[in-house]
Amino acid sequence: MAAGTGSGKTISATFSPVRHWLLMPSWLVIGFFLLIPVVLMLIYSFLTKEFRGGVIWDFSLAAYDQFIFDRGLFGDDPPRIEWAYISIFLRSIGQAMGATVLCLLIGFPTAYFIATRPAKTRAIWLFLVTIPYWVNLLIRTVSMKFLIRDNGPLNEAMLGLGLIDAPLQLINTNFAVQLGLFYSYLPFMVLPIYASVERYNFAFSEAAADLYAPKWTILRRIVLPIVKPGIIAGCILVFVPSLGAFLAPDLLGGAKTFMIGSLIEEQFKGNAGNWPFGAAASMILLSMVLIVLMFYARAQSRDQT
Amino acid sequence: MTRPFDIRHYRGFFAVTCACLVILYAPLIIVMIYSFNDSASITNWGGVSLRWYVDVFTGPDSEKFKLAAWNSLSIAVMAATVSTTIATAAAIGMIRGGQFKGKSASFALISLPIMVPEIVTAVATLIFFSTIGFKLGTLSILVAHIVFCIPFAYLPISARLQGIEASFEEAAQDLYASRWATFRYVLMPIMGPGILSGFLLAFIISLDDFIITNFIKGAGVETLPTAIFGSVKQGIKPNIMALSTLLLMFSICLVTLSYFIGKRGEANPPPQT
Amino acid sequence: MTPAISLSQVRKDFGKFIALSDVTFDISDNEFFTLLGPSGCGKTTLLRLIAGFEDTSAGTIHLYGEEIENLPPDKRPVNTVFQNYALFPHMNVAQNIGFALKMLGWSTDEITSRVDEMIDMVRLGEFAHRKPSQLSGGQQQRVALARAMAPRPKVLLLDEPLSALDLKLRQQMRGELKTLQRETGITFIFVTHDQEEALSMSDRIAVMSAGKLQQIGSPNEIYEFPANRFVADFIGETNLIDASVTQVSGRRVTCKLADGETITALAHQDLQIGAAGIVSVRPESLSVTPTAPMGQSLTGTLGDAVYLGTDTQFTVHLDQSLELKVRMQNGVTDGAKLTAGDPVFVSIADGAARFLVD
Repeated sequence: MAAGTGSGKTISATFSPVRHWLLMPSWLVIGFFLLIPVVLMLIYSFLTKEFRGGVIWDFSLAAYDQFIFDRGLFGDDPPRIEWAYISIFLRSIGQAMGATVLCLLIGFPTAYFIATRPAKTRAIWLFLVTIPYWVNLLIRTVSMKFLIRDNGPLNEAMLGLGLIDAPLQLINTNFAVQLGLFYSYLPFMVLPIYASVERYNFAFSEAAADLYAPKWTILRRIVLPIVKPGIIAGCILVFVPSLGAFLAPDLLGGAKTFMIGSLIEEQFKGNAGNWPFGAAASMILLSMVLIVLMFYARAQSRDQT
Repeated sequence: MTRPFDIRHYRGFFAVTCACLVILYAPLIIVMIYSFNDSASITNWGGVSLRWYVDVFTGPDSEKFKLAAWNSLSIAVMAATVSTTIATAAAIGMIRGGQFKGKSASFALISLPIMVPEIVTAVATLIFFSTIGFKLGTLSILVAHIVFCIPFAYLPISARLQGIEASFEEAAQDLYASRWATFRYVLMPIMGPGILSGFLLAFIISLDDFIITNFIKGAGVETLPTAIFGSVKQGIKPNIMALSTLLLMFSICLVTLSYFIGKRGEANPPPQT
Repeated sequence: MTPAISLSQVRKDFGKFIALSDVTFDISDNEFFTLLGPSGCGKTTLLRLIAGFEDTSAGTIHLYGEEIENLPPDKRPVNTVFQNYALFPHMNVAQNIGFALKMLGWSTDEITSRVDEMIDMVRLGEFAHRKPSQLSGGQQQRVALARAMAPRPKVLLLDEPLSALDLKLRQQMRGELKTLQRETGITFIFVTHDQEEALSMSDRIAVMSAGKLQQIGSPNEIYEFPANRFVADFIGETNLIDASVTQVSGRRVTCKLADGETITALAHQDLQIGAAGIVSVRPESLSVTPTAPMGQSLTGTLGDAVYLGTDTQFTVHLDQSLELKVRMQNGVTDGAKLTAGDPVFVSIADGAARFLVD
């Protein structure tokens, strides 16, 4: 029996007279120290750079122009398309997508396996997957760097087993960055998928089997569509941070494999940077992320109706 | 044990799970092992010793590490406390505030720090502080961490609160409790596990943060992550592996703690009347 | 005498949904008053308006002559027994019962003695230090009652308090609640969708449907003289037959059914010849016989018979579209002799039919 309004859905309102006071601190703190800064960043991206870092308050499109066109050292050559920055963005997107696919390939079976364990052992498996999630990302990335460096344990082991004749160059390659991103965000994929498989009612699978569906067909046609929200959430949780990642490209990729994160960081380091350009790059990154999240929100509301 | 035709079981998933755990743990375990290496070289094995642990506490870098650890811990405790307080109030306002205009805008604002990529938050905060002339240092780090931790504290707290039926508060108010007394004597004790796990999550997030801190720490102020990063830039040294192992252990202790808090929360689930 | 609760033109909207409209009635001091209706009829909303958990959209609520709809729940001297008790899980029985007294600023001694008194009243002496989760459903129910009665409320609100209990316990608690109400003299407002509960405990019942008050009266009035089709149909079982009035003598009317036969029925109000309405007859006031009985009867064909233990329920087809349910006690009549398809006569107990204007 629905207690309450009789309209079916009760929205608790026991603190409604004071809700504005309760919400005020979060509005103020986040509004003042994040929303305003982001708006300020947007403004900065349209300002003129000051050569020692910082800006001159003159309107300019130079930061965005610089992404697409090369106008020579003094800015007066005829504009040519400049591929350097575009390719950094494309590479970042590619790396993030690759990491997402890898995480999904490993993460889905893992999440599914854990969710189908008996309650007791499930907690232990879950605990094991959760620990890396809580371990400092910097430490994990440094550990990966240690593992795959030229004469690191991985190469030593492969040499020892006779798999290779000379140490493989792993560190400072695109592959290393890919591996690092995958390794960094793998738990982010497992946990949401686990949560949705855990809620999955296996009576559906039984019904499908009863109706002559082979096992892998059941997985593809019944399980996957039903746990899709968890998979999409996992993909977003991997893709979004991978896109703006800094540690993996910086520590594992070296200078050769520039990604957006490193590009942005460089603009604010010391006195050498270009703040409007960094702000513009940040704005572009932020816009890409917001577009992804918008698609996600739309897909979610479509699923609910 | 598993019947071959068990509808839940797929061949190969167990192997993938094991591979997943190997990938997740291998780098960490190898670093742990090498942190006990007696050799000054990170490549050659020179026997087991605690040499580099001693070095972390007494070696040439020890003063730097101690200061960084102190900064990290004090910032994390303060940031987690403040953000948990703000998040608790916000969760009550959102979930017990009824339907109101701007509710989804409020939710978007609270989740903003999670949605904006860390590096963008870092850039925006740096630009903001430098524009208003705020001196970069411990205080700027603290402020940024508070902002950043709010949604992380908010999530477990609001999840717990959503699981608690409003009839407890209605009963309290019906029994002559003021709004504050309702919170103090009824809501807070029942929300307890959620608030605690929110605090722990915020604490870890603050302790782990590198990117934002790196942007706005200003000259001379280091936290553990920035100190480790600075050191690793010049190559991985054995004392860094020892320090990393210590931090790793600290994190594992915290997870275990939160795991048991969660267990206790399960034993006293948000009472469903 | 000032009524305990006086509702005037009370209305409650949730957005576009009208939960209550134009509710006006009084509840007397010391009354066991029941709000009865199907789920979603607005009875719980009305209770929550009195408790102060919701604000009225229009209208006024008076408690012993004092206007209360602007007071928050913690300022209203009424207490609620919640549907699922809402016992505070982190407090033991004694702490739960003493909570209101602590909030009201009673001294520790006063609280202790009042809590002891309440614990004795609900016979939970040995459980005073247990947590709610360590109690059975019936015990929790008693704690909830004791907690709500400890501060001596002027009116006690009970929101389907028995719905979570099993049948045996529910029947036993009915008696206990009634006794408690009589002994304490507190006005009870009891919400339920269970008509048996309502009929067995209440001094008066308000039947509600779709946010509107349908009828107020004693259990007997509600059952014997339903005011309209909804009440007749909702309370107990009944046969509802469309009819029109052909003859009037006072409140006694003769009316014609669709198949041409006539029935004599009692009406609520004065009627004109030709008025259309429905006739309501309870199945237990009908009987079936193979031969024509004395007095008024209808003819039909016997449909199926359903054995119900003490009773047998027959379906009788008067014509293709009209059918009646008849319930007869087993053993009294020799129902077994009748078989489906037999022509039968249905007779109506004197004064049992009601004519209702729709």
